[in-house]
Amino acid sequence: MTDYFDLSRRRFLRTTAVAGAAVFAVPLLGRRAVPGAVASEAAAADSEARLFVALQPDGTVEITCHRSEMGQHARTAVAQIVADELEADWDRITIAQALGDKRYGDQNTDGSRSIRFNLERLRLVGATVRRMLRDAAAERWGVEPGSCRAEQHRVYHDASGRSLDYGELVEAVAGREPPTDVTPKDRKDWRYIGKGKAIVDMDDIVSGKATFAADVRLPGTLVAMIARPPVVLADVASVDDSAAREVSGVVDVIRMPALTENPVMFKPLGGVAVLAEHTWAAQLGRDKLKINWSESPNAGYDSASFRGRLEAACREPGDVHRSKGDVEGALAEAGDERRHAAEYYVPHLAQAPMEPPSATARFENGVMEVWAATQNPQADQSLIAGLLDLPPEKIKVHVTLLGGAFGRKSKPDFSAEAAWLAHKSGRPVRVQWQREDDIRHGFFHTVSAQRLEAALDGDGRLAALRHRSTFPTINATFEAGAEVPGFETDLGLSDAPLAIPHIQAETGRAPAQVRTGWMRSVANIYHVFALQSFLAEMAHKAGRDHRDFLLEAIGPDRVIDFKAEGSKFDNYGADFDEYPFDTGRLKHVLRRATGMAGWGRELPARSGLGLAVHRSFLTYVATVVEVAVAEDGSLRIPGTWVAVDAGTVVNRDSVRNQMEGASVFSLSYALHSAITVKDGAVEQGNFDDYPVARMPEAPAAISVEVVDSDAPPAGVGEPGTPPFAPALCNAIFAATGKRIRELPIGDQLRA
Amino acid sequence: MIKFTVNGEAHSVEGDGTLPLLWYLRDVATLTGTKYGCGAGLCGACTVHLDGEAVRSCVTSVAAAEGKAVTTIEGLAENADHPVQKAWAKHQVPQCGYCQPGQIMQAAALLAKNPSPDTDAIDEAMAGNICRCGTYPRIKAALLDLAEPAS
Ligand code: FES
Ligand code: FES
Repeated sequence: MTDYFDLSRRRFLRTTAVAGAAVFAVPLLGRRAVPGAVASEAAAADSEARLFVALQPDGTVEITCHRSEMGQHARTAVAQIVADELEADWDRITIAQALGDKRYGDQNTDGSRSIRFNLERLRLVGATVRRMLRDAAAERWGVEPGSCRAEQHRVYHDASGRSLDYGELVEAVAGREPPTDVTPKDRKDWRYIGKGKAIVDMDDIVSGKATFAADVRLPGTLVAMIARPPVVLADVASVDDSAAREVSGVVDVIRMPALTENPVMFKPLGGVAVLAEHTWAAQLGRDKLKINWSESPNAGYDSASFRGRLEAACREPGDVHRSKGDVEGALAEAGDERRHAAEYYVPHLAQAPMEPPSATARFENGVMEVWAATQNPQADQSLIAGLLDLPPEKIKVHVTLLGGAFGRKSKPDFSAEAAWLAHKSGRPVRVQWQREDDIRHGFFHTVSAQRLEAALDGDGRLAALRHRSTFPTINATFEAGAEVPGFETDLGLSDAPLAIPHIQAETGRAPAQVRTGWMRSVANIYHVFALQSFLAEMAHKAGRDHRDFLLEAIGPDRVIDFKAEGSKFDNYGADFDEYPFDTGRLKHVLRRATGMAGWGRELPARSGLGLAVHRSFLTYVATVVEVAVAEDGSLRIPGTWVAVDAGTVVNRDSVRNQMEGASVFSLSYALHSAITVKDGAVEQGNFDDYPVARMPEAPAAISVEVVDSDAPPAGVGEPGTPPFAPALCNAIFAATGKRIRELPIGDQLRA
Repeated sequence: MIKFTVNGEAHSVEGDGTLPLLWYLRDVATLTGTKYGCGAGLCGACTVHLDGEAVRSCVTSVAAAEGKAVTTIEGLAENADHPVQKAWAKHQVPQCGYCQPGQIMQAAALLAKNPSPDTDAIDEAMAGNICRCGTYPRIKAALLDLAEPAS
């Protein structure tokens, strides 16, 4: 099985003429080729499904992006791939955004997989269209196709000096049978792929014309703000909406269907919606609702006391995810001299994308149309279909630009709210989440406690490590009462790349009492913070340089056989042959980042360098942070250095941008952010009590080296996140001798 | 009746003068380039110019705009070719882009007052504008690039 489109089964293009354009449609082929599932006829017949490429009568190439754009520059990358293979002139392409449609295969823009799943498939689409244009031109000239070539929107016959623009070949190409023996370009001939192309949405963004979800304007739209239950699974016991209805501009007050049972899935929380002529009236009206909420089984949740329970679980043996050698024996034998243990804690977090969730819905003639900032329009489709008992094909989900997402917008409860309200009210409805709604009613990054214990051998080398982690699992979102983690153990726990004789990874069990969901790099956030900090602690214990100690613990260059290491690590669902865990690449990024940072150089007093390295989403990232801690405990970050090996990259500058952004994202939860829960309700509400990093705190500069690689493409959006926080905390230790074991740092450095 | 101009055009609002300028711009004038991020003056996504000063439109009432000139991202420069907009493109600043109208308006106001800001001046002027995508190093680089060498 391969992660790529199966080349042997590529009868995948159909052409059809639609309003004078040649449309190249791709059938139902997901990430893994499905035997016999070639639905090209249906795809071609549906003129609305502009699958991937259309050639307009004027020669404009319209490229459809089926992944959501949330700042990772997916739209630009998709265009680069198709346009490169198609030999399209960059100035003569346009990007269309795909509706949610399972015929695109996987559209879930999550898990840093857009390029990994689509590079080969999109290359083939572009190359096939290029070949068809060439063949059509050759036929018109009556010459051998092999004597013609396509370059930058023209087909040339060099021998006769003739050439034709792609626009002159639209009709000729529309009826052609697609060839099945196309080979994409040699990578050395790539024109756009691998370069730092300027993003396609730049002009719209800087001029304010870019359309995010809340910018969609349909005639007659009502704006809805919803009072949601403060505690998950609570219902409205009673509501007095008289004052709300008196607010000028308020049109209606509607009770939403309640969510009172686990699993919560992606379902709306329920509550009371105020519909108004404009956002401000909706907000004023919503604030005037007097609601009594029913009791919820989650009302006893108190995150402060829950911490004790998580920590206690980490002091007991747990479910084992990796076991090699005899950790207990090695730890027992080492004695205090050579043994060290530490506990780490990371609170709940909120993704808090800059654009709070929003969606507009309109129900007309039996068709539900939704415009949403969604990472996964097919999830909107199926959620709404279930909620309203409509066939999925009657639900059209338009994906707007996303003003950041970080995992929040792969849970489309907000789209379902809009659809339900539009269905109920008979008017188009735009649901606007207030920032406070976003902070209080999210799908939170889970809370975790961890205990790590390790032993050195007689030569000061790492010999044994036990890593225990306890956290409410995301599985509980989908399965009532789930307490045993699933994929989270693969994210920084069972994949420690250490060549040591004794290693064990375990998890404890804990119930989820708020909605729990993914946040950029997910469990890597807490696992990597703890492990990479703790390895620095062990280096210190051994009296060794951290980098040298770590390189030695990682051991010789090799491909790690996790099975042989007693680990259940699943490699992010990727084939180990295609994406081996290569310690040589891991050590290389560590050497590069430390090299750039001038590791070991003299620093002023109370300044320090710290490092961390990790492979996540199949990408290797090392981060070095320089910190300067003032006497009053405030800190500055003069520099940050990141080396990343993501295999083949499509947009080099976007990779840099993602590493920079992920570092700042990590800085936010390292310094400030925490969601706490009391009596089942989130205590924070806005950027005053849920602070995120601001410019003066951010690294003055972040230098990123993107390692040249021919390896298959790996993830980019998330892997820059995990190493930054531990690198920062290791730098703080180097500067001050203070070890941070709990995030956020908050005022821990204040005297 | 409250009267002011938006990007050079006359506007008037009847009734509630406490309506935040942000929602007037977005929902009434349908100038959606100005963004909502927090509604509480904490993030800068809603930054516009009021008689040339950068203000948070989410906490500025339409009454406070009476008789003044409001400039939004749509009206900052005719062909979106303000030096700040050009510098943003040159440095490939935006990731998702959502905060950027606010960042650009804030930056333009800074440069209008101080054509050669140094790092500290940039930090100070831009501290109120959150970018959750973390484009701060690029915003800073773009602004340092724009800063005229101090004479
Ligand atoms: S929306 Fe006005 S400052 Fe955040
Ligand atoms: S670019 Fe996304 S919030 Fe700033």
